[in-house]
Amino acid sequence: MSDPTIITDRMSRFPGDSHTLDRYLATGGYQSLPKVLKMTPKEVTEEVRGANLRGRGGAGFPCGVKWGFLAPGKPAYLVVNGDESEPGTFKDRQLMERDPHQMLEGTIISSYASDVHHAFIYIRGEYPRSARRIQRAVDEAYDAGYLGADILGSGFDLDVTVHLGAGAYICGEETALLNSLEGRRGEPRLKPPYYPAAKGLYMKPTIVNNVETLSNVPWIIENGGEAFSSIGPDGSRGTRLFSVSGHVRRPGNYELVMGLSWRELIFDVAGGIPGDRALKCWIPGGASAPWFVPDLHLDLPVTLDDTAKAGSMLGSGAVVIMDETTCTIRAAERVVRFFAHESCGQCTPCREGCSWMERVLRRIEEGSGREVDIDMLLDISDNISPGLAWPPRMTTICPLGPSAVSPILAITTYFKDEIMDHIHQGACPLG
Amino acid sequence: MVEIRSPSVGKSWSEETRNRASEIIASYPQPRSAVMPLLYLAMAEEGYLTDHGMREVARRVGLTPAQVRSVASFYTMYKREDPGSYLISCCTSISCMLLGSDEILKAIEDETEVLAEQGGAEGLVTVEHVECIGACGGAPAVTVNYELIEGISVERAREMVRWLNKARPETVGGAELQELFGGRRSFDWGPFDRSSAVGPYPAFGPLGTVSIRSQSQDGQHGE
Repeated sequence: MSDPTIITDRMSRFPGDSHTLDRYLATGGYQSLPKVLKMTPKEVTEEVRGANLRGRGGAGFPCGVKWGFLAPGKPAYLVVNGDESEPGTFKDRQLMERDPHQMLEGTIISSYASDVHHAFIYIRGEYPRSARRIQRAVDEAYDAGYLGADILGSGFDLDVTVHLGAGAYICGEETALLNSLEGRRGEPRLKPPYYPAAKGLYMKPTIVNNVETLSNVPWIIENGGEAFSSIGPDGSRGTRLFSVSGHVRRPGNYELVMGLSWRELIFDVAGGIPGDRALKCWIPGGASAPWFVPDLHLDLPVTLDDTAKAGSMLGSGAVVIMDETTCTIRAAERVVRFFAHESCGQCTPCREGCSWMERVLRRIEEGSGREVDIDMLLDISDNISPGLAWPPRMTTICPLGPSAVSPILAITTYFKDEIMDHIHQGACPLG
Repeated sequence: MVEIRSPSVGKSWSEETRNRASEIIASYPQPRSAVMPLLYLAMAEEGYLTDHGMREVARRVGLTPAQVRSVASFYTMYKREDPGSYLISCCTSISCMLLGSDEILKAIEDETEVLAEQGGAEGLVTVEHVECIGACGGAPAVTVNYELIEGISVERAREMVRWLNKARPETVGGAELQELFGGRRSFDWGPFDRSSAVGPYPAFGPLGTVSIRSQSQDGQHGE
C-alpha cells in the first residue's frame, strides 16, 4: 500500500536541494499563492475549512474554524509555532529544514486569509539549523517578491520575523509562546478571559498555527479542500507525520494516512523491534499522552477519535516504542522529570507535584520505595488532575501538569507488579 | 585554535552589534519583543550573559535590568555563568534514555574529568544533561554549542571530547561533527551545511552567531 504524500513529497524526491527556492519553484511551489491572491480572504478560509484539516500541534483543533474565530480588531497577527519540544517529536524540525518554503507559502496564504500583515515564526532555540533554513527561505521570498510590500502586485503586504526561543518547552503552549514573543517569561496566560483569537500578541487578535498544519495549506489550495478531505477516515483527514522512536528497527518520520492499526505502524512501517524482542508498551502521541499496551491497543485504528476514545491522544504525533527490556518505572521517571523540569512554576500543584512525583519514582526505581508510594503518586496526581479522568481535568492554568499524570497512570494501571517487584526486591528487577 | 577564554566582561558593545540590535528591535512592533534575540547578542559579545550584558539589553528595549534578568532566568539557554568555549549538551529524555543516553553522559563527564585532572582543560568544556532536543529518531544525541550529533556511541562520545581538547576548533558545525562522531540520523539532513557555531549559543545569522568556514559551491551562505 502506498500512501499519498503531501508534505514530505518534495523532500523525498529531491533530498539534495528540497529546501532551496529553485527546487521549490521547479516543483510547483508558490503557484498556490497567486491563485489565493485572486480569491477573497473568506474564500480561502472556506477552502481550508472544507479540508477538515485538524491542527497538528497537539490539540487537533480544526484549522479553518480557528481562522474563522479571529476577532475583527486590527492589527491581527499570525504566529507559526515551531517550538516543537514534546519528547519523542522531531517532525516539525524535518519540515523546517527540508522544505521551509512549503511552510512559508502556507504562512503567507494563511496571513492573507486572515488579513494579517505581520507574521512571526517562533522556532525553538535548540533548532539552529531549522532557524537558518527558514531565515534563508524568508530572505529568498523577500527577494523574489513573495514577501514584503504589494506581494505579486496584489496590494497585499506581509512581513515575517523569525524568532528564536531559548530552551523552554512551555513556550509551545500558545499563550506562553505569545508572552515569550512579547519579551516576557514564557508563562501561560489564564484562559478565559482572553483567548489568542480575541486578545493574543500585544492583546491583538492572533492566530497560532503549528508548522505541519501550515505546511499542508499550499497543497489544499492547489488541489482543493475536498481532495484533502477525501483522504483518510472521518475526523482524521489528510496525511499525518508520525515521529517514531525508541526500540524500533527503523525510527524516523513517516507521513501516513491515518486509519491503519498500531500493529501496522509499529511492525510494518517502523520495522518492528530489534532482536524480535516483545513489545511492552508505547506512547502514542508524545510524552503527554497516556501509554498504550499490546493486549488492549495493538489493533486499534490510529485516528484522533479512536485514540481519544481509548483514553489517550495522537497529540504531537510522536510514537515512542518500549520493548520488554524496558524498566517502565525508569521510563515513567524520565517523562515525569521532563515535566518537573519544564514546569513554569506558576501553579502550585504542577510546580510542587511534578518534582515530588519525580523524586518518589526515583526512590522506587532505586529500590528504596515503599508500598504507600503508589497511593502517594496517585494522590499527588489527583491534586494536579482531579478524578484522573481523560481528557484530564486540571487545577492548573495549562495542561503541562496533568501531562505528568499520564505515565503515573500507565505504570499504576498496567505495571503495578513491576512497581511491587522494585519495592519488595529493593532493586530494579531488570537490573 | 581557541585558547582557553577569559571573557572580556563589561566592554561596550561593538558598533556592529549595536547596529544589529537596532535592526532586530525594528523588526518587531514593540521593542520589548527584542529582549530574547538581544540576550543572545549579549552572550555573543561576552561569551555568556553578564550583568553588564543584561543592562545593555535593558537600556535598548526600555526595561529595567531586573525585568531583563527575570526574563533571562526563565530560559535555560541564557547562560549566566561562563560555559567556556564548548557547551556539550547530552539529551537524557525518554527516547535517548531508551537507547543508552545515560552511558553517553557518563562517558562524556568521565572524559572531561580526565582532561581536567591532566590540567589545562578547565574552562574549555561544560557538560550538561538536557531534556529532549528533537533528535529522537537518531537517539542517542548530543549537541556541541547547539550543533547536533545524532546516533552517537560511548566510544565516539569519548573521542569527541578528546578531539575538542586537542583541535580546539574556533567554530563547530553540525554537519562536520556528525561526519566525525555521528551515526544514524532522524532523517536525511540534506547537503553539507557549512554554517558553524562560534560559541555556546545557537548559530543563527541575524544574531551574529553563525560562522561560514568556506563558501559553498553555490556561493550562498548557510547551507
